[in-house]
Amino acid sequence: MIDVLTENFGTLWQGVLTTLAITALAFVGAVVIGIVVAVFRVSPIPPLRALGAVYVELFRNIPLLSLLILVAYGLPYVGISFSLFTTAVICLAAVSGAFACETVRAGINGVSVGQAEAARALGMTFTQSLTRVILPQALRTMVQPLVNIFIGVALGSSLAAAVAVNELTYAAQQVGNRTAESMLLFLISAVVYIVIALLGGGAGSVLERRLAVQR
Amino acid sequence: MNATRVLFDEPGPRGRRRIAIGTLLVSLVILAVLFLGLRTLSASGELALAKWKPFWQQWAVKFLLEGLKGTLLVTLASAVVSFPAGALLGVGRAGRQPVVKALCTGYIEIFRSVPTLLLVYVFLFALPGVGLNLSIFWKLTLPIILINAAVIAEIVRAGIRSLDRGQSEAALALGMTTGLSMRLVVLPQAVRLVIPTLVTQLVALLKDSTLGYVVSYPELMKQANNLANNTKLLLQAFVVVSAIYVVINFALTRLATYLEQRIRSRPGARPTAGAEPGVPAGGPGAADALAHDVPAALAPR
Repeated sequence: MIDVLTENFGTLWQGVLTTLAITALAFVGAVVIGIVVAVFRVSPIPPLRALGAVYVELFRNIPLLSLLILVAYGLPYVGISFSLFTTAVICLAAVSGAFACETVRAGINGVSVGQAEAARALGMTFTQSLTRVILPQALRTMVQPLVNIFIGVALGSSLAAAVAVNELTYAAQQVGNRTAESMLLFLISAVVYIVIALLGGGAGSVLERRLAVQR
Repeated sequence: MNATRVLFDEPGPRGRRRIAIGTLLVSLVILAVLFLGLRTLSASGELALAKWKPFWQQWAVKFLLEGLKGTLLVTLASAVVSFPAGALLGVGRAGRQPVVKALCTGYIEIFRSVPTLLLVYVFLFALPGVGLNLSIFWKLTLPIILINAAVIAEIVRAGIRSLDRGQSEAALALGMTTGLSMRLVVLPQAVRLVIPTLVTQLVALLKDSTLGYVVSYPELMKQANNLANNTKLLLQAFVVVSAIYVVINFALTRLATYLEQRIRSRPGARPTAGAEPGVPAGGPGAADALAHDVPAALAPR
């Protein structure tokens, strides 16, 4: 039983690293997309608002697996192809970005109206009041929802296994298939995912305490 | 919504001109991108009518309807089992009995941190080895139920926590036992509070059912794959089913938003519910969850 682990440690470790890489890149991408699209959605320019709304409705309603298959196997037909790893990152970031956008928007709406009014009264422009007054305060209330999005990205990255990206779930399945120790390998993978989720949650709590206003 | 009114004044003449210029520029950019995209598509020949027509033929429609039936069946079965099971788990974790509480907490924390696909693989590849070989339907549905029960437990618990304590105190003052007050007073109100989030969770269940693709259960995704194999039109087949998913999920999300607004506008609803960042009231989207995640707005970790 232990042999299986020592012999295949390289494959499994590679899987863990790939999962972490996909998660990290896709999460950063999702946050960036989320902020940009949320700014679109509150901007004074109607077509930008419409664009933001269409983006969110499209990507939060399309199943991730469906998008993965479309990008991995469908787009090559029109001459657009990415590596499987890039495909996973793009799809995960696009879908999670829609959820991040709603989080950011809820955060912006949660900042009290007086703050924005005060910023405008001081003569700040839309961009200034957004970046210097509203977003810094909004980000504070968004830590926990963003942690949940992070965990969602980590768990979602396992779907990349369905399009044969060599990440943790895929590696566990492959090695399990070869060695007939599936149960053990899936158990270990589950523990790794739980640890990732716990670390994400812990980092969120620390960040939240750091960002809290001292009164 | 109100943020759009908050972040900028009613524009004056110069502001209106700027907005008009911005509108024009953005529209041009969007049109240009659309045009380039369509040109790439048509240059590749994938947009040709002949490549989409097969999906209107009777046999293809019947094929897709079959898949839709499978998808709805899996979603419904998962919902029917995981909603009550999740409610029980949530009540158990919110309650006072230490053993029950520890068990429920353990279950919830483990199962909401495990990817659905991994659990599907367990049922698909590992459990048959130890003699547990379920039908394909249950190999798909049982993992979805096990994981979503944990997610729903957290939703219900957040509902219980957001309910005014006076409710359970009043029930206890009337001489009800804790169990009775939970069953008759707290739970009915808590569930009503989280109904929008539960509707959103249906979307997550529907997305989870796409894993039928992995276990070869004939739901929409698998049927799309079969259709792609039969017609050699992979891109078109998956575009068609993606559109079906988006339409269904969009309708459900809309329903959730509508219900949430109705609940919040009702007299007696606690307006402070959104004040603490753990309660599903941070705006229509805040209660959403990713396909495989913990409910976004519910945070009591």
